[in-house]
Amino acid sequence: MGQSFSHQTAVVLALLEDTSMRTFTQRTRAAGLLVVALFCAFGAWAFLSGARAEAQRADRRAEGLAAWEQVYTVLTHPRCINCHTATNYPQQGEERRRHAANVVRGPDGHGVPGLNCVGCHQKSNADSTGVPGGPDWHLAPLSMKWQDENDKPLPSATVCQQVKDPRLNGNMSPQAILKHNAEAELVLWAWEPGLRPDGTRRAAPSLTHAEFVNATRRWVEAGTPCPPIR
Amino acid sequence: MAKYQLNVNGERREVSVDPSTPLLWVLREDLKMTGTKFGCGVSACGACTVHVAGVATRSCVLPVALLGERPVVTIEAMANDPVGRAVQDAWVERDVVQCGYCQSGQIMSAVALLKHTPKPSDDNIDESLGGNVCRCATYVRIREAVKLAAQKLK
Repeated sequence: MGQSFSHQTAVVLALLEDTSMRTFTQRTRAAGLLVVALFCAFGAWAFLSGARAEAQRADRRAEGLAAWEQVYTVLTHPRCINCHTATNYPQQGEERRRHAANVVRGPDGHGVPGLNCVGCHQKSNADSTGVPGGPDWHLAPLSMKWQDENDKPLPSATVCQQVKDPRLNGNMSPQAILKHNAEAELVLWAWEPGLRPDGTRRAAPSLTHAEFVNATRRWVEAGTPCPPIR
Repeated sequence: MAKYQLNVNGERREVSVDPSTPLLWVLREDLKMTGTKFGCGVSACGACTVHVAGVATRSCVLPVALLGERPVVTIEAMANDPVGRAVQDAWVERDVVQCGYCQSGQIMSAVALLKHTPKPSDDNIDESLGGNVCRCATYVRIREAVKLAAQKLK
């Protein structure tokens, strides 16, 4: 009797142990599946987030590049590029002809002692005589040239790299470039270029100054992206 | 018409002219100082050169309204200026002048150069006087005279 009871007890215990083991195994498997599912979900989320961020970056860059191209149209307008030459002389006129009267760049872009820029160009336009003027009229340094030595405008990508390079742009940060385009008096002159000697108005860039500043801001906010140099 | 108080060759001169009048015409017509010449009227020949605040300036394109307080010095004052005197003496010594019409402008540019660059090179002279046209083509003698003046001023 006693032996039989012990045997039964052992059987019951064995059954219980087997059941508990099976439950444990099933639970472990379920937990594993859950972990795998969570891992996959996280991976998918991370992948999608990364893709979304990458798409946003691409959009931002595209917007910045579009804004830059607007800026570039202003920089290469005769009102601006005529004094951003790669040569020893400035240019004048819509056709960007070589400046009259053998005017030369001089050591610091202000001309030479007998033939200084401000010897003709006053602090404001002289409309009665047709000579343009603005504060401290002078040529941009050669590091800020926007055309080649044959007077052809440099490509957008080259000008872009140059404009944002502090070693070439007068140590300006992107924010300083924005401020320069918004406030520098010779920049502002491009939109108030005065009258030609024949009394007609000089052409201003196709963008308004506000549009130019806005394009510069969008380019700066996009991280000053530049087109690839080919 | 507006009234302007000008400082010309160290003297205070008052003129009543249209604000758009070029300084050249104020000098020649109102102040009767005819040493400064009209050549092209568009700052392309340099005959009208005067000094405005020490800068060689084309007076034919400078409206009097934009002159402000800046002093004007003309060819009439060069004889009393050490550099101007040396340049004029050199001009005579080298017999630079042929017709002479452009020479007051040439001298004003030469003086501006020598005040800034006491020992000018040929390139300095050619560049600084490059905007002063001489139809008699006295350029070689001008260059010699500028160098002679520089030597005399040592």
